[in-house]
Formats: sequence, C-alpha cells, structure tokens
Amino acid sequence: MDEIAILGVGMHPWGKWGRNFTEYGTAAARDALADAGVDWNDVGFVSGAITVRCGYPGYVAGSTFAQALGFNGAQVASSYAACASGATALQVARGQILSGATDVALVVGADTTPKGFLAPNEGDRPNDMDWLRFKLVGATNPVYFGLQARRRMDLYGATSDDFARVKVKNSRHSVHNPRARFTKEYDIDDVRNSPVVSDPLRLLDICATSDGGAALVVSSMDYARAHGHDQPVRVAGISTVTPTFPDTTIDLPYIATDSAGATARPDRGFKQSIGDRVYAEAGLGPDDIEVAEVYDLSSALELDWYEQLGFCAEGEAERLLNDGVTTLGGRLPVNPSGGLGAFGEAVPAQAIAQVCELTWQLRGQAEGRQVEGARVGITANQGLFGHGSSVLVRV
Amino acid sequence: MVGALNRYSDGASDSRGGCVGKTRVPAVEGMFTIDDEPHLIGGKVPGRDTYFFPKHVAGGDPAMGEPYELEEVALSRTGRVWSYTTSDYPPPPPFVANTDPYVPITVAAVELEKEQMVVLGQCVAGITPNDLTIGTEMELVVDTLYEDDDNEYLVWKWKPLDPDAEGGG
Repeated sequence: MDEIAILGVGMHPWGKWGRNFTEYGTAAARDALADAGVDWNDVGFVSGAITVRCGYPGYVAGSTFAQALGFNGAQVASSYAACASGATALQVARGQILSGATDVALVVGADTTPKGFLAPNEGDRPNDMDWLRFKLVGATNPVYFGLQARRRMDLYGATSDDFARVKVKNSRHSVHNPRARFTKEYDIDDVRNSPVVSDPLRLLDICATSDGGAALVVSSMDYARAHGHDQPVRVAGISTVTPTFPDTTIDLPYIATDSAGATARPDRGFKQSIGDRVYAEAGLGPDDIEVAEVYDLSSALELDWYEQLGFCAEGEAERLLNDGVTTLGGRLPVNPSGGLGAFGEAVPAQAIAQVCELTWQLRGQAEGRQVEGARVGITANQGLFGHGSSVLVRV
Repeated sequence: MVGALNRYSDGASDSRGGCVGKTRVPAVEGMFTIDDEPHLIGGKVPGRDTYFFPKHVAGGDPAMGEPYELEEVALSRTGRVWSYTTSDYPPPPPFVANTDPYVPITVAAVELEKEQMVVLGQCVAGITPNDLTIGTEMELVVDTLYEDDDNEYLVWKWKPLDPDAEGGG
C-alpha cells in the first residue's frame, strides 16, 4: 500500500468541561495546521469524525469544523465508526489522497461527553441492539470489559494485581503528558482500594469518558517533499476491518454471538484480524514495532492487545507486563501517552489522538515520555457494532 | 417451531407468579417463551445449523448466496458459562432496577453447545461470581426484570443447574 505523510498533529487537552465540541476540534485543527506549516486555504479535503452526542452539528462534523475554520471550498466527508471513527476518517482521507483527488487533507474529531455510563438513544427501541442490551441485561460497557477480564483470569491465571499494574504503569507515563486529563501517579493500593465496577474490574481499571479533540494534517508524499517535509512520519497501514463470520466472542453491543454451528470459527479472531490487516498493508510484523498506543478501555483489555497484535503468545501478556517490556524504558513501551486510563474516552477523537502520540514519539518530540529511537509504531482500537482499527506509522 | 407455545400467562394461571394481581408480560415481545421450560426464540438459517438471537435483529450468514427467511426455533435452554461479571452500579435507562436500593446484578455469558454460540443474560438473584466458573452448567429461566403498578415485566435469566450454587456467595 502506498504511504501518505503526516505533516502536522494537534490536540486540545482532554478534560470534562461540557463546552461545545466544535471548540475542541477547531483548536486541535489549528494546532495541526500550524504544526504542518499548511495554510487552511490549501486544505482540499476535510474528513470529520462524527460525534453522536452533540446533535446535528456532530452528525456533520466535517462540515461543522470546516465552517468554524471558515468555509474554504474544500470537499468534505464525515464518518462514524464508534470508537474507530477517527481511524475511519483517516482512511477516507488516505483514499482521497492516494486517488489523486486531493493533495492535503485535514482529519479531525472531537467530543463533549456527558457524565456517567455511555447510554443508548432515548425512547422505546426494541430493534436497536444497543437498547436491548441495557434494557434486558443491564449490560453496560464495563460489563463486557469484565467478561473479557474474567476470561484472562480463568484461562491464563491473570490476577487483579496484574490488571492494577497496567494502570500503575500507564499512570506513571501520564505524569509527563500535558494533554492527559488524569496525570496522577497511582500505586497498586490505589487500584486495589477503588470500588468494584464490573467484577473483577475496579474503578481505576476502567477508563472514564472525556471531552477532547485531535487533528491530523496528511498529504501525498509528493506534496510533503515539495513543501519541505523531507522525512515526515508516514502512514504505512490503516485497518478498519469488520469481523469474519462466525465471531463467537461476545462483544459490544450484542447480547448473543454468531453461531459456529455450520461454519467453523476463523483461525484468527476479530481483534487479531485488525492487526493482521495493518501489518499486511505495511509489509511489517509485530517484531518491527517499537512503540504502541492500544485501547485500554480496561486495564485487562490492554493485556489482550499484547497478544492480539502479536507482541507475545496467548496467555503471556502478564509476563510481558511484569518483566517491564511494555513500560517506558522497556523493549516495547505501550501507551507512553498514559492511554485511555489517563485520557478517558472522547470517542471520535481517540483514534486520532493515538496517531498524534505516535507522531510525536517518532519525531522525538514526546518530552518526558519519549521512547528513545522509535521508528515504527502501531495503534489499536475497538468500537462497538463490529468496529475496530489499527494504524501503523513509521519514519 | 415455537409459535404455538404459550408466550403469555397471567399471574393466576402460573404457579410461579410472585405478584398477585399483576399481569406477567415479556419486557420485549417475541424473544422468549413463558412456560415451565422457557427458552429463547432464535432464528435458524434454512438447511444449515446457523442460529441467531434475537431473531428480530439477526445478522446474516455470509455462506448463503440467495435471500432466505429465518426459521423460528427454540434455542437450547442449557449451556456452560463462557464468562461472567457484575454490574455493581445501576445501569442507565432503559434499564429499570427491580430493587431500591439497587442490588448489584451478576451477568453470565453462556455457551450453547448445539448452536455453538454465546448468549448474555442476568443471573437470578443471589448468584454472585463466587458461585460461577468458566464451564458451570446453567439453565434458562424466566424471571422478573422489573414491575410497575399493573405489570410484572419478565426476562430470561441464567441459573446454575447445580442447586448447591443457588443463593450462594
């Protein structure tokens, strides 16, 4: 797959202010344009990641940000793919660039998230799986995280303290990230003493929901070279694959899995297939990865990603963690930004923010949390309704 | 086919009805039967052992090249625990808690052997994670989800087959 260049990145800090999401996205976009040295009027395509919590302006996010920056005649699209929306928006922009339809694109996502559990749309909605799971089972997002965490314990002997050590590691990383919402360093007793939310997971094992915004300015390699970006960070692969039938791992928002009664389960599960695709596009493999930003919706899910992305064999993630491999200073630091545990989820911004962090890492600009000499990084992300994403970047 | 089975029964005719005078109705129609051996109403691809639940918002079987109509079938009413967890805080609407104050619910994902699929459900009251392990045999029952002045709203729940596990923890 041909590559595109990341010319600029920008993020509004994450927090919980309840202000207009447009403000966060526009601030991130301006930062990305300044970082890229690209004039807004030269942007030919705006790729917005949709928020479903902010009304009509959220559904037309690309246009909302374009109007806020001042309509410049650029083509526009808005994408929704749950938590993978930002990666899908990047995917759309890459298609525009590689087809030759545009030279330089702005990818932007932002959200304003209410307090508490994410909940379905209002009204009596028996044809909406997202409504059925709350109505009939009380299956909040942490319920699904708890099911996965329990599997790790019963199948691989993971302990609550293993999960807590993920939080401790990521909180240590977050201390050095000025854009993170939570920058307190937690110790294992803090996690142990936080209340259980969905057994075996405790409050500090589970990510919050946040306000935030993130943006990328991406271009063709020719445009990058012509504008003085000789060694830009490049996007070498983007995966936004759907599951392959039958997927018999229960996941958001379904109340039942596919049936493998007639068709055998695929050799690789859904989460594994997300990474497989991005490695194939980039022509690289797990051994090439030097830094990763993975979706720690819960601390235990970070451990699942180590295996799903091929950093270790199944059942060995705890060893990787406890040997310090995934800590800053280790061989393959994971979530040097602090991860979702330090940010909280701002849904349409999150997959873009992962790419922002890797770009800073690969440029050597991640002050205080730098993975020394990193040249190849990967993101991984999951959304509901069969969404997930991975982006592989290199320099 | 389960269409002929009794999906509704009033409090007077059902010995397990706990709420005198209230009408027992499914919280969502058409997803399970209400009788002595209740089961989930699934969809089956004609001529293949591919099942979906719920039938009314089923996915598709990509092996089927031609359009087809799902057959209505009764899914197995026993299975083994695939995983389990709790919701220690009250879920947001449309969930309605059946107790005030809220009592944490236990949720089980149960694998049905014949169908080779996993189905979520609340566990009956009193079951905690201490009563469960991966592989625990479970059976489907119909139980109260919540009540209002007129109705008792029902849902399927999972209950350990081993009576020793009931009410433990």
